[in-house]
Amino acid sequence: MAEVAGPKKASVLNQAEVAMAVIRRAKRPLLLVGHRAAELSLGGRPLIDWVIRLSTAASLPVIASGKAAAALNQRHHPPAACMPVMDAANRLADPAWTGIDGKGGSDLVLLIGLPYSMAWTVLSGLKHFAPHVKTITIDNVYHPQASLSFPNLNEEEWAEHLGALIEHFEE
Amino acid sequence: MDRKGISLKIGEFASDVGQIRDLELSVGRITRDTWAETMGPTPFPGITALRSWDRLLLSRYRPFYLPFCDLCCLCTYGKCDLTGGRRGACGIDMAAQQSRIVLLAACIGAATHVSHARELVTHCIGRTGTRQRIDVGGVNVEVEAPITRLVTGVRPETLGDLGQVLEYLEGQVTALLSATHTGMEGDALDFESKVLHAGMIDQVGMEVADIAQVSTLGYPKADADAPAVPLGIGTVDTRKPVILVIGHNVPPAIGIIDNLHDRGLSREVEVTGICCSAQDMARYAPGTKVIGPISWQLRYVRTGIADVIVLDEQCVRTDLLDEARQVRSPLIVTSEKNCLGLPDRTEDTVEQIAADLASGRAPGVLILDPDKAGAVAVETALRVAPERKKQGVLPDLQALAVAAEECRGCVLCRRSCPNDLPIPDAMEQAAAGNLEPLGALYDTCVGCGRCEEVCPQELPIHSCIVASRGDGFSAETFTMRAGRGAIQDVEIRKVGGPIVLGEIPGVVAFVGCANYPRGGNEVAEMAVEFAWRKYIVMTSGCAAMSIGMYRDSDGKTPYEMFPGAFEAGGIVNVGSCVANAHIAGAAVKIASIFAKRNLRANYEEIADYVYNRVGAVGVAWGAMSQKAAAIAAGFWRLGIPVIVGPQGSKYRRMLLGRADRPEDWYVYDARTGERVPVGPVPEHLFCAAETREEAMVLTAKLCMRPNDTTRGRALKLTHYMDLHRRHYGMLPADLPLFVRTPADIPITMKDEVQKILAETGWKESTIPDPTLLPRLIRAGKG
Repeated sequence: MAEVAGPKKASVLNQAEVAMAVIRRAKRPLLLVGHRAAELSLGGRPLIDWVIRLSTAASLPVIASGKAAAALNQRHHPPAACMPVMDAANRLADPAWTGIDGKGGSDLVLLIGLPYSMAWTVLSGLKHFAPHVKTITIDNVYHPQASLSFPNLNEEEWAEHLGALIEHFEE
Repeated sequence: MDRKGISLKIGEFASDVGQIRDLELSVGRITRDTWAETMGPTPFPGITALRSWDRLLLSRYRPFYLPFCDLCCLCTYGKCDLTGGRRGACGIDMAAQQSRIVLLAACIGAATHVSHARELVTHCIGRTGTRQRIDVGGVNVEVEAPITRLVTGVRPETLGDLGQVLEYLEGQVTALLSATHTGMEGDALDFESKVLHAGMIDQVGMEVADIAQVSTLGYPKADADAPAVPLGIGTVDTRKPVILVIGHNVPPAIGIIDNLHDRGLSREVEVTGICCSAQDMARYAPGTKVIGPISWQLRYVRTGIADVIVLDEQCVRTDLLDEARQVRSPLIVTSEKNCLGLPDRTEDTVEQIAADLASGRAPGVLILDPDKAGAVAVETALRVAPERKKQGVLPDLQALAVAAEECRGCVLCRRSCPNDLPIPDAMEQAAAGNLEPLGALYDTCVGCGRCEEVCPQELPIHSCIVASRGDGFSAETFTMRAGRGAIQDVEIRKVGGPIVLGEIPGVVAFVGCANYPRGGNEVAEMAVEFAWRKYIVMTSGCAAMSIGMYRDSDGKTPYEMFPGAFEAGGIVNVGSCVANAHIAGAAVKIASIFAKRNLRANYEEIADYVYNRVGAVGVAWGAMSQKAAAIAAGFWRLGIPVIVGPQGSKYRRMLLGRADRPEDWYVYDARTGERVPVGPVPEHLFCAAETREEAMVLTAKLCMRPNDTTRGRALKLTHYMDLHRRHYGMLPADLPLFVRTPADIPITMKDEVQKILAETGWKESTIPDPTLLPRLIRAGKG
């Protein structure tokens, strides 16, 4: 079940190799982390720990919204930037944005931990107004507005999908 | 009032010098100008009159569109696919299509308020006549209609004077709506300018509606000590006949209250209300019971407590006829805008209608006379209550467990829930005999009923949630201060200086509907937080009810904790949705009364003043409706930022500034004419926040203005830094953007801040007399 917006919808991401290849191909990938990453657990561990593992393994700079940034700080893994998701998306949509490090914008963003409706609308904004940015969602719900999205997953399946992606980078 | 129409007709007139027959003489308007203030540049502005001001705002706060649909389906050329930069068959692109949809929403909202205003003015004139003087606060309020004066350039003195204002508003809404037709406007920013115009029109409409009812119906008049009214289902004496009113247009509720009074039954029947009809009913008769915000409709109706349900207009669930049938409550609809397919019984006698409703021959009726609707509601409630009191309507515990056992755990309910509530887990627990998780959902459920719509087992999930609330409704017993209406001129004089100088850190208005991500308590907690911090907290409508449904550790509601005056640390309930005009009106009155700027038809200058000086922010945490969209647009045009909750991103576009683009943040110094940088203040005009914590941090940040004195800026920075550190565990990275001089640095954080400034290469800047308008530069003008 997904709220499909029209003819252009996300490819389902079932294979970690595909995700890894897309991330590796990107010149300046980013990980955008919402507050739910600081609230949810997955496979008996806080989701924020999965985020840290992924960002470390894949060398993904993190933009985190407030509560996620607080959780990352607590774990001594500060985000590259702390800002509301709307600010982050608005900057990503600007081809002239100089990026969080002043060296350039991003061509790929992975999203995790945003409220469903907000992720949906933000992904729509990027789909229509940021043709230079590819989007991947790695939450446990299918997001048709993304370029690539995990399918609807129960907790066990989500842990498998996320774990496989991280392990590919860790290998 | 200043302009009048004159029409003279002479059928036949004979005199010594001749005869006149069938002479008709019409003079469009003549002026009766009793207002000495000079007419400003934009009286009765058309839809492009303020376009250049809008463009100034929109050049800083560029729209970021969040389309809901890839297609345009509005004409028979379509559906047109607008993805990938494609244009529709009419030539429209995705950005323009989104702004067009935003304009449609704003027009719907503005039309609703203007139409409501027309109804109220007509009703009030019917009660007291056209010559009833407008009086919203006696001698305490001389500027009785600040928005109307500002926009139209007229000063209405009587109810009759409001007619001309309404004619103007109706014309503008029609023109704006026409711009959304296929092949009309095609530029996104011009659509956005029209959105702002719709918002401004909406503010005038709300003001007209509220000043008419405040002047006529005996409401509190700018009264900081407006009476406390009971709030919550637990306040209802369910042994008595109970009438429920839902909507926004108060005359039918007044019909009920007056009928009970006339029959000596005021103490025998409970009159209860949901949404803004309840707000206004409580202003009229403080003994009535406010049940709660809009999201309480389904749950309260499902309790079966209401013996009769009366609907008027706006935000009313359209399935309430079915819901009322389920609990055997007769339904009376009273608005020509909301007839629900029911027979018009307006011309029948009260006895005939009440008999048909009480017997069940008619499950519902349409009555377009508010007094008759009131009489029928009372008579019907008295007849049906004795039998209805014997019936239970919510599932009992045994039935609840049976229903829960039928749940297959398909998770469709959770997926369709706007707040992702863990309903399947709760149902599983309920089936095992533990009702607590199900009952716990009550506080965060927004009452949309989508869970039931998708359930393949057709389980009454919402009823189960309501029924499993452990304490019944006894804990739902609160108080709310009744809506006070306008802000007194003397209050403006007292706080105008501290607000403009930044020494009161801000005015925060919690407004809007109840589509909350995590329940109404979040609104209450935010209001309490900012009141403790000595901001001026204003509120209205459903948000005002949610603020009341909260108790501190001493058992006090926020209205008992904080005063109702427009002062630092006050929580000011202005009233129903239409009373929102008093919030914008207060900002306008600061410019007019405190700063003595000309108000009359002088929109651009006053908006420039408010934008650069008045640190006001609106927070519509549960905004849901098109009216909320229009209200927000009215604030934007005045330069007042609005924050919405995560669901607010569904309004399809944000208006976001870019703090990382220093070139965007220059103003003119009115003293010298120089262009000077002032930093991103306020950073956004419209932004959705993800969490309550993010909303609070943003609120403190968006209260900063270029005009802040160093003392004021230091105070505002103290709150911003403190909230940021408390909720995010660190100081804000953008802090240097808001420090203009060393004196801006909060004294208690001096070392820490100076270190950050040194690391970022911060440079001192000047504090200007800020304006965006070159014509306000005084240099060289002698």
